[in-house]
Amino acid sequence: MGNVVVWFVWFVAAFACLGSGAAVVSFSNPFYSALALIGNLGSLAVLYLLLSAEFVAAAQVLVYAGAVMVMFLFVIAYLGRHADAPWAGGPSWQVLSAVAAAGALMIEIIVVIGLKASGRLSDAPDVASSFGSPREVGKLFLTDHLLAFEITSIVLLAAAVGGVVLGSHARDEAEAQ
Amino acid sequence: MKGPDLTWYLAVAAFLFAIGALGVMLRRSPLIVLLSLEIMLNGANLALITFSRHHGQLDGQVFALAVMAVAASEVVVGLGLIVAVNRRKLELDVDKLSTLRG
Repeated sequence: MGNVVVWFVWFVAAFACLGSGAAVVSFSNPFYSALALIGNLGSLAVLYLLLSAEFVAAAQVLVYAGAVMVMFLFVIAYLGRHADAPWAGGPSWQVLSAVAAAGALMIEIIVVIGLKASGRLSDAPDVASSFGSPREVGKLFLTDHLLAFEITSIVLLAAAVGGVVLGSHARDEAEAQ
Repeated sequence: MKGPDLTWYLAVAAFLFAIGALGVMLRRSPLIVLLSLEIMLNGANLALITFSRHHGQLDGQVFALAVMAVAASEVVVGLGLIVAVNRRKLELDVDKLSTLRG
């Protein structure tokens, strides 16, 4: 019984994820694209929960759907909605070659994963219920991956400074005109 | 493990990555190129977390969190650039923004 429920949840989450991903690419209004990306991130969080990555799922919802998407929506509201209509005007050679390249990329990924790991992927080990909990992830972050943790903080600081610099330069030039 | 094999999660990850790559190649609005980049990063994150479950070790999840931080910083800088381009009254079209100084 539990197996059927997990399959059902996986099915709904995976197809919501892929459908909203395709919607992000195909909407011509960037506001709708951003809203579809929020659905994509939410259904991905469900997939993370099924893989017993509770802390990453919570961080996904907080960081992406909470912070990053709010920033996106603010910028889209500021810029107005002008974007290209991707599927308008019949198939051009650019559209056809983009679709062909993306399809080739997907087939390549699937073939490489299938060649390297297909036989061993079906057996996932049983893990303790604390697998993926904030306590375990935090312990790993502050012992084995301390350098990555510190570098992440420097990257975030550099991005914050870069955002401020870009914004202030833009203001100077707008006032000069 | 209950539910589908890990192979199915990896198939979803490959699909997501390909959809994001399609958006990056197809769309001309830099905003939607950034949104598609987020989809690609999330496909990679799903693969990382799937392999973390496969090996029964948490290092993949730690790496996924680092990827999330990098994605957030990339969005900050990318959106700053888009706003700066818009302030200079240039058209928001990645095909037309082809000169560095102009």
